[in-house]
Amino acid sequence: MYQTIKTRLSGVGYIADDSLTTAIELALDLARPLLLEGEAGVGKTEVAKSLAKILDTNLIRLQCYEGLDVANAIYEWNYQKQLLAIKISESRSSPAEGIEDQIFSEKYLLTRPLLQAVRQENPPVLLIDEIDRADMEFEAYLLEILSDYQITVPELGTIKATSVPHVILTSNGTRELSDALRRRCLYSYVDFPEPEIEREIILARLPEIEIQLADQIARFVSGLRREDLEKLPGMAETLDWAHALYGMKITSIDQDFGKLQQTLICLLKTERDLKSVTPEVTSRLAGKAA
Amino acid sequence: MVKAGSTGPLDNVQGFVSHLRSNGFSLGQKETEQALNVLINTNGNLARDRNRLKALFTGNHDQWSSFDNLFEAFWFRRGKKRNTWQHNTKTSEKSCKLPEVWSDHLNEETNGQENATPQIETNVHEHNDGEEKNQVATGRLIATKHTARTKTDLRQFVDPEEIAEAEKLAYNLAKAIQHKLSRRRRLDKRGRWLDFRRTIRSNVRYGGDLIDIKKQRIPERPVKIVVLLDVSGSMQHYSRFFLQFVKGLVCQWLESDAFLFHTKLIRVTDTIRDNNTTRAMTKLSLMAEGFGGGTKLGECLKVFNATYAKKTLTSRTTVIILSDGYEVGSAENLKTELQQLKKRAKRLIWLNPLLGWENYAPVTAAMQAALPHIDHFAAANTLVSLAAIEPELARL
Repeated sequence: MYQTIKTRLSGVGYIADDSLTTAIELALDLARPLLLEGEAGVGKTEVAKSLAKILDTNLIRLQCYEGLDVANAIYEWNYQKQLLAIKISESRSSPAEGIEDQIFSEKYLLTRPLLQAVRQENPPVLLIDEIDRADMEFEAYLLEILSDYQITVPELGTIKATSVPHVILTSNGTRELSDALRRRCLYSYVDFPEPEIEREIILARLPEIEIQLADQIARFVSGLRREDLEKLPGMAETLDWAHALYGMKITSIDQDFGKLQQTLICLLKTERDLKSVTPEVTSRLAGKAA
Repeated sequence: MVKAGSTGPLDNVQGFVSHLRSNGFSLGQKETEQALNVLINTNGNLARDRNRLKALFTGNHDQWSSFDNLFEAFWFRRGKKRNTWQHNTKTSEKSCKLPEVWSDHLNEETNGQENATPQIETNVHEHNDGEEKNQVATGRLIATKHTARTKTDLRQFVDPEEIAEAEKLAYNLAKAIQHKLSRRRRLDKRGRWLDFRRTIRSNVRYGGDLIDIKKQRIPERPVKIVVLLDVSGSMQHYSRFFLQFVKGLVCQWLESDAFLFHTKLIRVTDTIRDNNTTRAMTKLSLMAEGFGGGTKLGECLKVFNATYAKKTLTSRTTVIILSDGYEVGSAENLKTELQQLKKRAKRLIWLNPLLGWENYAPVTAAMQAALPHIDHFAAANTLVSLAAIEPELARL
């Protein structure tokens, strides 16, 4: 099971380290939600996407934000349509019970991600992204869904999950999550990948690139992350940069420092960072990595 | 996985769980059961078992990083056994005796002041002289007020009445700087705006006639407060009072974070939130061990900006710095770091105990560099003076 998950993940281009692979395996085994924490850009969201790919199932994504409420996360009635139905039936003067049954039926229900997730035939992967951005109240509501996998709609009754979704929660740590939520989840902290793993990721995502260049890129970026930066380059930035270098037909990063310096905009995202990584710093890092 | 000298896997796992509990993990019966289930299907691969238990038992980054050590300590009797202060064998502290660094801060007998090493820039000496004169003359400083009845004793330090007073004040202060920033609206009976969607929805039952009107308004969202407390030598007279204030704030205001700084920066929120006040204060004093020399606010802020700022600062955060502004590091450095800090935080308040003195002017290079970035600069040397700034903060 463990090896297969690891190889299948790498088959879809996601290279996971041992602890993350074990956590994913355990989450699938125990059918429990998996909470992933880590810096922005280490590939937390990508875990869910890759998992959906290897399980060959739907990915349902709920992006959390401040003020996210039940109407946007679970379900809502289609009021306009309900009103229209009432008006039409009034003009036909049909019996009231009939209308009531009609307007509170599935046809008038707008399903949002969480309700969608529990009503799928095949267990989908449910990604609850950046849960730390949602409010405390919403977090509390989530507890019911995550422990019993059921949703209560007053007009329809309780909807039990037809299949238990594989839930992945991600958090950037902008707010402390409640202990109750943490206890219901398995936990894994995703760190920036080691240079060897990063090289594998580059090769998996950009197979045309030469191994030597991929290796240099991985070591350059890992050196760059040790510099004093405002925003550390994430995995996505590394891949962008690899694409850029490949596109510019650069075969070794110590070849042309001028060009290299220009491409750093792929990695550095603030003005201060761009200024602080001077050509000297670049050539030092490139020299070490090459 | 069977540990030597025990009766079976159940005992082992239970022992491990209680070992983790004593190190601050919140684990229930369910986790133990699940751990057993997980380990029954094991094939003797230790590294994987460890990773599985890690995913199962940990809940946040701190636990995640300390798990490996705890695991080794329990299963291989390696390394330290506990992290709690009672059994910390690393430090030389055997009892509740104050560490030397802190005896200065907590000792309020006047002879302690002679040993106090005035630090930093040249004009500090003048100020320190002035300080002692002032102290005698006006009796304005809290430290002198308590001299007669307190000795160096932690129990005195955590006088419940004073703590309660400080908590009340801190809460009021936090209430005062609460502000409304959000544009999002929420359903609310007393709201100002009509919520069309919900009104129509709730009037479906009346056939669409508008009878039940729903309103909405912008909810009051609590502001987050981050306190940075200077505990350097020059601040020793105020440490007691400020620590109480910080404790009050952190215990009363859920959305808050506290840090001590001197030459290093330490996050103390969890320590302060301990229900046992004496234990909290003892932990604090142990944590402050190794502090020495003058204030390096610039460097501490740099550390803060690089590590904690991402997590703790949002557009709704108010940062309170409690310091006298005698800085050893370069003023230029302090300036850039404050600039950085201001980019992330909503508001920066600097409470300076020296400002309460007559004739004090913030003329040190560090203070001069910092002033342009401060939203509110106020005096704070007694609870009364702190209470006095409350209305001003509310107006900001």
